[in-house]
Amino acid sequence: MADRLLDVKGLNCPLPILKARKALQDVPAGGTLEVLATDPGTVRDFAAFCRTTGHALVEQGEAGGIFRFVIRRQG
Amino acid sequence: MSSESAANAKRLSMIVTKGTLDWAYPPFILATTAAAMGVEVSMFFTFYGLGLLRRQLDLEVSPLGNPAMKMPMMGLHMAMPNLLAALPGADAAASAMMKRLIEKKGIASIAELRANAVEAEVRMIACQMTMDLFEYRQEELIDGVELGGAATFIESALASGINLFI
Repeated sequence: MADRLLDVKGLNCPLPILKARKALQDVPAGGTLEVLATDPGTVRDFAAFCRTTGHALVEQGEAGGIFRFVIRRQG
Repeated sequence: MSSESAANAKRLSMIVTKGTLDWAYPPFILATTAAAMGVEVSMFFTFYGLGLLRRQLDLEVSPLGNPAMKMPMMGLHMAMPNLLAALPGADAAASAMMKRLIEKKGIASIAELRANAVEAEVRMIACQMTMDLFEYRQEELIDGVELGGAATFIESALASGINLFI
């Protein structure tokens, strides 16, 4: 169970990334944020976001058109 | 990587020259996303781009002379012929249609992206010469805007790993 859940279903680029960045501020270092999205662009964008910022993309999957990411905030 | 390029790597500077609804998106999307990724961002607003800093945004898009503007319509993509696009009200109609699509597709408004940029401490510089040319007063612009000229941008550009002209 992630420390925080962010639902950005229905939102388009760049809102999922902007909202995730904001939500990560409320997650303690080492804690996790779970993101649910419908924009297919988020698959590549969250990977790039994590590589650049140093947060870890620890889980990623898709079910029924909903993309799910678990991001661990860098410590 | 040299120490100089390492220092420049996390900075983005851009010149924003266009103020229509469609052209307002690339600079604000890139500025807010870069800021979210830990990049220090400077935006230099000149000529028609300066209008994007006005407190009251009333952005429009014009189909006139823009054959690439093909809007989705009943499963097709339709461009408006220039003869029709030249009629009064054509810009307003096209702009209203674009804004409806933007909302329907879950895309942020320019006001929303701009507020996010301000919150993320994106540096916004208004071109002093354009202010004089088009007779803008600073109180017409949003708070926190700096005034500057070409040298201000060049100084920022020299310290940036990414420089864009939009």
